[in-house]
Amino acid sequence: MKFRILKKARVFISLIFFFLITFLFIDFTNSFSAKLIQGILYLQFIPSLVNFIKFTGLAASGFVVIIVLTLIFGRVYCSTICPLGTLQDIIIWLNGKIRRKKTFRKQKAFNVLRYTVLVISVFLLLIGLFTPLLFLDPYSNYGRIVVNLFRPIYLLLNNIGAHILESMDIYTLYRVEPGITHWFSIAFSMAVLMLILWLSIKYARLFCNTICPVGTFLGFLSKYSLFQISLDQSLCTSCGKCSNVCKAGCIDIDKKFVDFSRCVACYNCLTSCPSNGVSYDFKKSPKVLRLRPFDPSRRNFLAGTLITVTSLAPLALFAYPQKQRGRGRGNRTPRPVIKKHPVSPPGSISHEHFNDACTACHLCVSACPTHVIKPSLFEYGLAGIMQPRLDYHVSFCNFDCVVCSEICPTGALQPLELEEKHVLQLGKVKFVKQNCIVVTEGTDCGACSEHCPTKAVDMRPFKGKLLLPVVNPDICVGCGACEYACPTNPKSIYVEGNPVHEIAEKPLIEKLEQPEADEDFPF
Amino acid sequence: MKRRDFIFKGLGAGILAGSGVSLNGFSRLMGNPDAPQDADFDLVAVKGTDPAAMFDEGINSLGGMTEFVKPGQTVVVKPNIGWDATPERAANTNPDLIGRIIKRCYEAGAKSVSVFDNTCDEWKKCYSNSGIEKEVLAAGGTIIPGNSESYYKEVQIPGGKNLNGAEVHELILESDVFINVPVLKSHSSAKLTIAMKNLMGVVWDRRWWHKNDLHQCIADYATFRKPDLNIIDAYRVMKRNGPRGVSVEDVVLLNSLLISKDIVAADAAAAKLFGLEPEDIPHIVIADEMGVGTMNLSSLNINRIKM
Repeated sequence: MKFRILKKARVFISLIFFFLITFLFIDFTNSFSAKLIQGILYLQFIPSLVNFIKFTGLAASGFVVIIVLTLIFGRVYCSTICPLGTLQDIIIWLNGKIRRKKTFRKQKAFNVLRYTVLVISVFLLLIGLFTPLLFLDPYSNYGRIVVNLFRPIYLLLNNIGAHILESMDIYTLYRVEPGITHWFSIAFSMAVLMLILWLSIKYARLFCNTICPVGTFLGFLSKYSLFQISLDQSLCTSCGKCSNVCKAGCIDIDKKFVDFSRCVACYNCLTSCPSNGVSYDFKKSPKVLRLRPFDPSRRNFLAGTLITVTSLAPLALFAYPQKQRGRGRGNRTPRPVIKKHPVSPPGSISHEHFNDACTACHLCVSACPTHVIKPSLFEYGLAGIMQPRLDYHVSFCNFDCVVCSEICPTGALQPLELEEKHVLQLGKVKFVKQNCIVVTEGTDCGACSEHCPTKAVDMRPFKGKLLLPVVNPDICVGCGACEYACPTNPKSIYVEGNPVHEIAEKPLIEKLEQPEADEDFPF
Repeated sequence: MKRRDFIFKGLGAGILAGSGVSLNGFSRLMGNPDAPQDADFDLVAVKGTDPAAMFDEGINSLGGMTEFVKPGQTVVVKPNIGWDATPERAANTNPDLIGRIIKRCYEAGAKSVSVFDNTCDEWKKCYSNSGIEKEVLAAGGTIIPGNSESYYKEVQIPGGKNLNGAEVHELILESDVFINVPVLKSHSSAKLTIAMKNLMGVVWDRRWWHKNDLHQCIADYATFRKPDLNIIDAYRVMKRNGPRGVSVEDVVLLNSLLISKDIVAADAAAAKLFGLEPEDIPHIVIADEMGVGTMNLSSLNINRIKM
């Protein structure tokens, strides 16, 4: 009964990955080290592939491991490592518990659809355009679902728990702000979750065999896997027990045939056969001799390619960021602040580099200790939709922090040392004098200068005893602390993002004279 | 307070604590021929090389912690923990000083001693990198978060001119004893940040203050809940680029500590230590005019201690 162990192992491994990855995305205390996070996410297919292609990082070879595993055992990725796959399994399991529905129906193969998605994806990868992948990648979709939808619930529960403990004078938990991201990203994740819910309740693992490019790609590979699941023509009685437990719906009882390209390797069928007719073994015969009149998927693959080519023209739109509006003319008071460029997270090198490699999994959104990283809408243009930016209305980037740069699984954010971060210029400070409190109200303020880590915003004598901010963009790191602290609306000081990150000058540091040790009190 | 009372109290506190340091300070005071006859000081200024020992010396000259903390009372200690910076940068209150204050509070019979700040940088990093969290826990105090608006309650400030209300941390409203422990620093908007400015860290919406005449709001708030004791850390002092500072090069050693019940007097003395006049700091002048305290140091009975 080696097969029983297989299924148990599958469930066990999938739950480990599922809970670890889910925790990564809801955690707000940075419990795991960057190394551990990288390790946990090492095998995620699309992030690893993007990282490998974009940066030829040999460390990012997780997808090769997956390809090798698939060529040996079939699509084990889909039922163990993929968090979106396990989410579907959990929904299916819960649905079975609630509705006492234990059987699944056979599904037809949506070959045109799935191979079209695959061909488009591969084509986009080949021309180096990664953005559309972020809508399809199962890992990134799962990350977004957790950060946008589950995390606020988790934070709410934490706050309730903190309240209860605090009333007993225990402060091990602490309250946190609710962690709302951005309406579009939330709406998109909600739509994906609804789709996943509907598909898994109604058709089990259909998502993985239609929309998911990773599923389709690994399915294509698994046709050539060493080990394959098949029905023994002589032992099979076409009783349908195996087909009833098949979440992928890929077992055709009448033809006694398993479409292994759609099999998600859940191993449910292996233990279901009363006459030992389901085998998981070395592929016995060469492909041509398999009991099949013809391979419909091959024809559909070609059809998919054709559809892809014709539909590529509109997709090219993704390649070009939308033109942003200029600042506009006039001396209206107060002057509205319109930024030409958003501020991309530290380690993103340039907007071009970042937009090309980020799959918007939102891991950095969740991990940022100051919660300044938020999903964007069109700030980067259409190509950067949902990719994170620094929102200085919400918070600012901590001078002594490189957390986001260290954990990015796609390499869209490259790891930074603290010394590098200290002179990394994400954007440049701009002062809008006519909006400033000191000018409009004639009272001291200086909130911007207080927060500045390099004193790129300093206070200089203005009228009478008043001090007015003076900016030095050369030593500005673009952390946004000034913009965040500024009390006016619209802001009197803001950071204009650098489309290509630059190196700031180090602030000039002069020695101070130390006072004499035994000086008398001056009073 | 009479000298005799002081001796008894000092002795009592010493025995209670079983603490060598406090006895040490006491005996030194005994042997000091310059010790003033009338120990009812308005302000104590201490110079020395160890912030914690300097506090012991100073508080003893005010009659010891038992003058301020009665058995069974709850105490809130409010340092400046505004920045994600190490103690050498002097952006936050000296951690050893905080630890010693908490220790003395417990010795005086405090039921609980809690510490918090509404930080500017990310609060967990501030609490830990300032070294304050460690010292608070070591002294048996409780670290309380100040990072969420839900910890703050709306109050009226009837004495305020511009600032008529604020959202104030519940600890300030609920604790029996409020000890304010700022660090003396240069400040880009308030010129200096000392005791009154440190109270900005007990309210939630500080932007409003900046918008509505910062100096007036600082003075207004000081009319609301005056700290029972102000202890100003002027050991390491950030002379420029405050309140955050750019590097350790912004810091000079003034080796000083000030203690007073009068928040305006404490600020005035600290301004002088810094090298400015109280008149240079608008919120000190406004608070003096509003009668919050006095900035006229010559009218005060000051105990100057050099260790």
